[in-house]
Amino acid sequence: MTSTRANRPLLEVRNLRVEFPTRRGTLVAVDDVSFHIDAGEVLGVVGESGAGKSLTGAAIIGLLEPPGRIAGGEVRLEDKRIDNLSAEHLRRIRGRQIGAVFQDPLTSLDPLFTVGQQLVETIMTHLDLSEAQARSRAIELLREVGIPGAERRIDHYPHQFSGGMRQRVVIALALCAQPRLIIADEPTTALDVSIQAQIITLLKRLCREHGAAVMLVTHDMGVIAETADRVAVMYAGRIAEIGPVGEVIRKPRHPYTIGLMGSIPKLDRAVARLVQIEGAMPRLTAIPTGCAFNPRCPKVFERCRHERPDLMPVETNHAACWLHAPTLTEATRG
Amino acid sequence: MADATEMSARSAGGTAPAALQRAFDSDIFYSFRNSPITMLAAVVTLLGFVGAIFAPWLATQNPFDLRTLNLMDASLPPAWVEGGEAKYLFGTDNQGRDVFSTILYGSRISLLVGVGSVLLALVLGVGLGLLSGYAGGSIDAFIMRVADVQLSFPAILIALLIDGITRAILPREAHDAAAVYVLILSIGASGWVQYARTVRGSTMVEKNKEYVQAARVIGRHPFAIMLRHVLPNVMGPVLVIATIHLAVAIITEATLSFLGVGVPPTQPSLGTLIRIGNNFLFSGEWWITVFPGAALVIMVLAVNLLGDWLRDALNPKLR
Amino acid sequence: MIAYIIQRLLQSVLVMAAVGFVAFSLFAYVGDPITIMLGQDYNETERARLAAQLGLDRPFYVQFANFVANAVQGDFGISYRLARPVNAVIRERLPATLELSLIAAFLALAVGVPMGVYTGLKRDSWLSRFFLTVSLIGVSLPTFLIGILLILVFAVILGWLPSFGRGETVQLGWWTTGFFTKSGLKALILPSITLCLFQLTLIMRLVRSEMLEVLRTDYIKFARARGLRDRAVHFRHALRNTLVPVITIAGLQLGAIIAFAIITETVFQWPGMGLLFIQSVSATDIPVMAAYLCLISFVFVVINFVVDLLYYAVDPRLRVDRGAVGGHG
Repeated sequence: MTSTRANRPLLEVRNLRVEFPTRRGTLVAVDDVSFHIDAGEVLGVVGESGAGKSLTGAAIIGLLEPPGRIAGGEVRLEDKRIDNLSAEHLRRIRGRQIGAVFQDPLTSLDPLFTVGQQLVETIMTHLDLSEAQARSRAIELLREVGIPGAERRIDHYPHQFSGGMRQRVVIALALCAQPRLIIADEPTTALDVSIQAQIITLLKRLCREHGAAVMLVTHDMGVIAETADRVAVMYAGRIAEIGPVGEVIRKPRHPYTIGLMGSIPKLDRAVARLVQIEGAMPRLTAIPTGCAFNPRCPKVFERCRHERPDLMPVETNHAACWLHAPTLTEATRG
Repeated sequence: MADATEMSARSAGGTAPAALQRAFDSDIFYSFRNSPITMLAAVVTLLGFVGAIFAPWLATQNPFDLRTLNLMDASLPPAWVEGGEAKYLFGTDNQGRDVFSTILYGSRISLLVGVGSVLLALVLGVGLGLLSGYAGGSIDAFIMRVADVQLSFPAILIALLIDGITRAILPREAHDAAAVYVLILSIGASGWVQYARTVRGSTMVEKNKEYVQAARVIGRHPFAIMLRHVLPNVMGPVLVIATIHLAVAIITEATLSFLGVGVPPTQPSLGTLIRIGNNFLFSGEWWITVFPGAALVIMVLAVNLLGDWLRDALNPKLR
Repeated sequence: MIAYIIQRLLQSVLVMAAVGFVAFSLFAYVGDPITIMLGQDYNETERARLAAQLGLDRPFYVQFANFVANAVQGDFGISYRLARPVNAVIRERLPATLELSLIAAFLALAVGVPMGVYTGLKRDSWLSRFFLTVSLIGVSLPTFLIGILLILVFAVILGWLPSFGRGETVQLGWWTTGFFTKSGLKALILPSITLCLFQLTLIMRLVRSEMLEVLRTDYIKFARARGLRDRAVHFRHALRNTLVPVITIAGLQLGAIIAFAIITETVFQWPGMGLLFIQSVSATDIPVMAAYLCLISFVFVVINFVVDLLYYAVDPRLRVDRGAVGGHG
């Protein structure tokens, strides 16, 4: 889908497959996932927990927890494959070219080191700076993420910061070495609702200023709507729908996305009641044959139960749904 | 080790009884079948218990019946060594007792004390843990304080102390007769803390759940209903603690007996046998010590292996 | 900080008071010291005279106060068995036990911690599996059996090392040391290995399980995501965090070593406090038992206190917001 583009995207993921070998057979947690992120772009990845969105992020930076492993596909950063690099090469990319923001700022920072020590060690790992230079850069970064009294606060330990402040420190750590891409995994889920918006705004502003693209993993469609340029909806390890954020929200094409949008209360429209999708996402051990969504789908038909749909272009979006197969009549025959 | 069992206690503590049941149905037996070492350990443990329980029928002689002993056969080496006799597989000691038979009888005492003290510690620990977790407040603070202090003293020292006190209180003959019970008391009383901590944690979680409040409303004593709900939750971790504690208890008993403050020589445990045999080490009669020692180590190792496996199997996080 | 120290000190004093009470109860109520000292044949006047001499006729709290006052000055009376002042007997035995325990503690930490770190980091290497198997055997081998086996191999069969005693010692004031003579050092080898082996395996297993726990934490994952070198992730972040809980347990283990010396000293006839204690238990020599109990408890309390302070130094979370975390433990 991206091969015809004139400008190479910053990150390109092709047919990514992540497996967890267990003694009862292999679980496929991410199955045939392809997408790209352009330089400076914000791609939202949304889905229920267990849909494979966090694992996709972990796979890109080579930090899958064993026994999880990339079983197929490739990950390209600026057109160079990075999924098959040595551990040492990947390490140099992490933090330098791809930064990360984790879900829980309370547990992301080492409690035994001051935030300054953690910033300085990260800066000095990636950039050729003296300790004094690294420290002044660290103070500058803290100031940039909006920590008041940065000169003083740099010598404080993580537990002396509030949750929101800690997430700002985490963002500063992610931006340390001017990466081209930030993978933010549920960056606001663990925070107070009142602080979530601040952090999202900050993240978006900083990434724009630093020219970094963002892969924003979340289950909060509201955050995506405010922040993302494009959005990928994941379900049971696959991408169900991907497209420009406005299009996906206004005109969702996949029945799952339709259900997902229906479950968000909208202020500008009077909705009699919230639509809910019947049932729950299947466990990885019991993904149905055909389309993984078929047992819950209100528009299910025969073909959905036997054949697995790939992403198909639907105007501006791509949706993995037989409803959008080139000729519907042909499809229903199956 | 202590820490790891607490870890498993934490993770398994929150699961519902149904989940535990499911785990028993599948995961545990799967990992059992896939671990030859564990299966071997289980077989060895089983053999040890069978040998101990049926010692009077399995032993070739009753080493404590003086009429069956023949001083002419004293200090014979094992059967396969020159000078050994086939009917004394592991040789004989200085009084002509068959070492193989003394081991069977000895492990009887060792296991009796081991199992007895584990049961005592379990009842004591589970009871105090429930009480501590349920009552809270100053009772809880007191019990946990005592537990902290006791934990900072090695079990063997506490057992030695209890043994020393009873020795001073009871006359010598009475003490010898009661030695096994004194040992069970001292080892059991020094081992309750682990159980209590685990059960207390789980009790505190359950205490605030709605069914306990509901029980109060319908007039049932909350303590009774909690017992029924807390116990299934802590069964896994308590089983792990008990298994590892059994190994520790057997070692402690052997150590106390080796030190001469355990069971009397007229009723020897494996530790006593090693103590007796130790006197002949320098004269080259190694078998009197080495075989009881080997029996002890193999038994404890097998129990430890079972405990290790159980802990890992109940705590999938560590796999 | 000050409040924290005072609180811990108070707790220590409380524990010592409780131990003192147990020791005193031993004295006052266990066995009949008069029967023990005079034997079976005595008349009532002799009995009354000795009771008065020992202060046994006074009320309970006066006796306890006297006991505490004497104990604080190191006076635990006269050993029934040896008929000598208890403090003199203990002072004679103390250096032997402390030298043995310190060597064993050093060995256990110096070998156990690196082995634990290694097996935690390289959990699938064959060497780790080997260490773990050996450690399980180590945990299953009772200390006295290790001693016996070592004696059998190195003293009886090979004849390389002595099987009992301290060898020649050198007098330094009232302290006797085996560190400066060849026979003294040779005599230390087997007992210290025997004493350290169990603690060593315990510390190794503890460090390993803590290390595995820490390696699973978010901040280690985030440290990797920041692109830090493995060396920094493992030895700067993971090891430092592992050591926080390890300090507590290691401290307790060091206390345990002194208690476990009882067994090693018995096996090797090492002339230390442990051997003295076990002889006293067998002979119901209450004053020595009470003194040993108090001394050992004192050592434990001191170790616990030092551990608490170390904890404080290592973990910044305890240093600030003290009020909120003051009641830890």
